[in-house]
Amino acid sequence: MNPYLSGVGIGVVLLLAFLIMGRGLGASGAFSTIVATGVSAVAPGHASANLPYAGYLGDGTTSPLKDWLVFEIIGVALGGFLSALLAGRFRTAIDRGPNTTDRARMVYAFGGGAIMGIGAKLARGCTSGQALTGGALLSVGSWLFIIGAFAAGYLAAPLFKRQWT
Amino acid sequence: MTAPLYEFGLITENASLAIAIGLGIAFGFFLERGGLGNANKLAAQFYLTDLAVLKVMFSAIVTAMLGLFWFSKLGLLDLDRVYVLPTFFAPHLVGGLVFGVGFVMGGLCPGTSCVSASTGRIDGLVLLAGMMFGIFVFNEAFPLVASFYNSTPMGQVTIPEVLGLSHGGVVLLIVVGAIGSFLLAGRLEARAKQGGA
Repeated sequence: MNPYLSGVGIGVVLLLAFLIMGRGLGASGAFSTIVATGVSAVAPGHASANLPYAGYLGDGTTSPLKDWLVFEIIGVALGGFLSALLAGRFRTAIDRGPNTTDRARMVYAFGGGAIMGIGAKLARGCTSGQALTGGALLSVGSWLFIIGAFAAGYLAAPLFKRQWT
Repeated sequence: MTAPLYEFGLITENASLAIAIGLGIAFGFFLERGGLGNANKLAAQFYLTDLAVLKVMFSAIVTAMLGLFWFSKLGLLDLDRVYVLPTFFAPHLVGGLVFGVGFVMGGLCPGTSCVSASTGRIDGLVLLAGMMFGIFVFNEAFPLVASFYNSTPMGQVTIPEVLGLSHGGVVLLIVVGAIGSFLLAGRLEARAKQGGA
């Protein structure tokens, strides 16, 4: 699909979220809830006593996983799966650059994910919750996040050039 | 009738969760169709060979931004009832910088890694595990970063408010900027193709 068409489609979905729910889309927030739920299952006292977890655990009357963003992210995975299935693109594989190994790709994927997790926590959101949602709402912090993320991406790109090209 | 519907009590809690799944499915569908479930395509953004990330992201922002502006202008949407995340100047900028390094290292972002994983890609799944590990590390280290995390608060502030411009004026500036970036993206891709051939 033409990337502009795909972008307009996402924009309409985001607009519908604003119109129906009064909130936008997100991704990293759902994983904050999942991590908090996991930690709470192993060490309930530790989770409820620590602010970054406690904020995602709700009031205890229902499961913290019964959360808008968690349901939305399940939808994202389902939607991607259905789209790939219909187009014959579902394939068990490792996407990596032509001059790297599967093993190195795994290390970089895990490390990149960990760094993004920390960045998304600091910025209170990721490319979905900050860049798309806050971007459309003209939030100052969201545009600072967009500028920071792209600037750092280009500045760090030479470090990872061998992995991707 | 005025939007947001949920804010005016027109939607039950359980219905809102069904809506979350529906909107998520559409979001994931368009991400996959735009090719953004593939780490190589996302990483190419940073080597200026394929700028699909910029095209998808900015056309999505512009579409939703214009929709918000016109629905609000026509009195169909109460923009004050749409939740805007509060801004913390330094954490937002530094968080963005940290995120950007992880983005080019991992080749996917949190949302696109869900699509990558659900379309069978192992690297997407591993990136998700790494992201949850990063969140865990941040939370465990929270006492050390709490003062920075809460520093430079500006409240739920928007660009028009900070710059003293009208909502429509900022919307117009961003539309012009987006069109400029799309034209530049086309040129860069044409140059990369020539160089590669």
